[in-house]
Amino acid sequence: MERSSSSLWRKIRSRYDLVGNECKNCGSNYFPPRVVCRKCGRKSKMVEKKFAGDGEIYSITRIRVPPDTFKDEAPYFIGVIKLKEGPMVEGHVLENGIEPKIGTKVRLRFRKMYVEGDEGLIYYQYKFEPV
Amino acid sequence: MIMRDVAIVGVGMSKFGERWSSGLKDLMAEAGIAALEDANISSHEIEMLYGSTMASGRFVGQEHTAALMADQLGFHNIPAVRLENACASGGSALRQGYIAVASGIHDIVVVGGVEKMTDVTSGEASTALGGAGDQEWELFQGITFPGLYALMAKRHMYEYGTTEEQMASVSVKNHDNASKNQYAQFRRAITIDDVMRSKMVSDPLKLLDCSPISDGAAVAVLVPLEKAKKYNDTPIKIVASAQASDTLRLAERDSLTEIKATKIAAQNAYKQAKLEAKDIDVVEVHDCFSIAEILAMEDLGFYKKGKAAKAIADGETTLNSKLSVNTSGGLKGCGHPVGATGIKQAAEIVWQLRGDAKERQVKNAEVGMTHNVGGSGATAVVHIYKRAD
Repeated sequence: MERSSSSLWRKIRSRYDLVGNECKNCGSNYFPPRVVCRKCGRKSKMVEKKFAGDGEIYSITRIRVPPDTFKDEAPYFIGVIKLKEGPMVEGHVLENGIEPKIGTKVRLRFRKMYVEGDEGLIYYQYKFEPV
Repeated sequence: MIMRDVAIVGVGMSKFGERWSSGLKDLMAEAGIAALEDANISSHEIEMLYGSTMASGRFVGQEHTAALMADQLGFHNIPAVRLENACASGGSALRQGYIAVASGIHDIVVVGGVEKMTDVTSGEASTALGGAGDQEWELFQGITFPGLYALMAKRHMYEYGTTEEQMASVSVKNHDNASKNQYAQFRRAITIDDVMRSKMVSDPLKLLDCSPISDGAAVAVLVPLEKAKKYNDTPIKIVASAQASDTLRLAERDSLTEIKATKIAAQNAYKQAKLEAKDIDVVEVHDCFSIAEILAMEDLGFYKKGKAAKAIADGETTLNSKLSVNTSGGLKGCGHPVGATGIKQAAEIVWQLRGDAKERQVKNAEVGMTHNVGGSGATAVVHIYKRAD
């Protein structure tokens, strides 16, 4: 599926800078950001919050059979990362010689995600690197 | 409030598998006519249709599939509604059919599920199925469905010591059951070694831990219980119909080692039926991956958290053991044409409770259950059934 540039552009602050949000009504942190707080529903008071990107691996897998968009990238590690501010987020875990396993500490990195065909968009996003 | 009881009086299935010479319409007709014959009912008596397909638009470029099914089966001009709830589309359609009859709005309702998945490449199929998760934050990053269930499996292994061999035993059992099912995609037994040596898809899940890409359809006919004997000598009563949802995105859930929607739907279903887990004789659970059957056995209340994997590996859930699980072969052995699966599960339970399941018949089966999951757990549907003759 080839996307319009606006589908990337409208999420760019989250994808590039890990900007999520916080509900001022209950204090819950969200990344990716939510329009409506899961706990508060209609009473949500959402404000932007930038996350530092430090966290640890909560679960990890290595994908060897990718969707077509990632056929040139496989195999690659995908982790569920528990950010130090609380939210759990799925993301790529980079290979840097440190074995990524449950409990491994990670930090934020900015990387190319994938290229859409020969002439399509190049997508960038955060990834995580073991430390 | 349930206004009146509902029974299934007819079920039909197409053969599941790689059906190169059959298209969407052929599969619908094969299962649909079988169900009408089973109920001894004419096409003209049907009042309403709920049709389920998950991603027919991506798989074959066809939307509007419920009206198409009504058209193809000769249900002239009746209301037809397509229902899409990812891999739980079939179970959700069954529940909507149940509600339509229970409410008194319609007397005779057909629920039919179909998916034609093998007309596209496996990469395209993987992308289509990926839409069952959070497109923006999962599929966008190249996270596949085996990937999501692998993340659950890894955490389950970490917290409870579940092993890859125990997971493999789910596939071995389900292939064994499938070998006894004429409708199944894989009519052959496999060994733990076969699973362990199969190609790694998403660590720790290997090819034989994963349900296949399949073509197939399944159809059921629902009527008020009070009229059921007119169509079938052994109507099967739906004694509970429950459904729950959760976050689309896996990482946002309360836990990676349970499917909360399953737990909630199961609790509601047991309450409706005034039954407990120990009362169930035969169950079809949603084993899209081997780990998913382990989670289901725990979340449906058959085993405490962390205890199901060993029990399955010890043979407690094989045919005619402590609890017969996935006698059809499950999604792994029978195949998983996503929109059809939930209704196929109901068909298997109907055959079991009637005593028509032949080689794979569970002895003295009186109470059956089906469990259908959408995505990585954002939808779960649970039904409980009893003989009503």
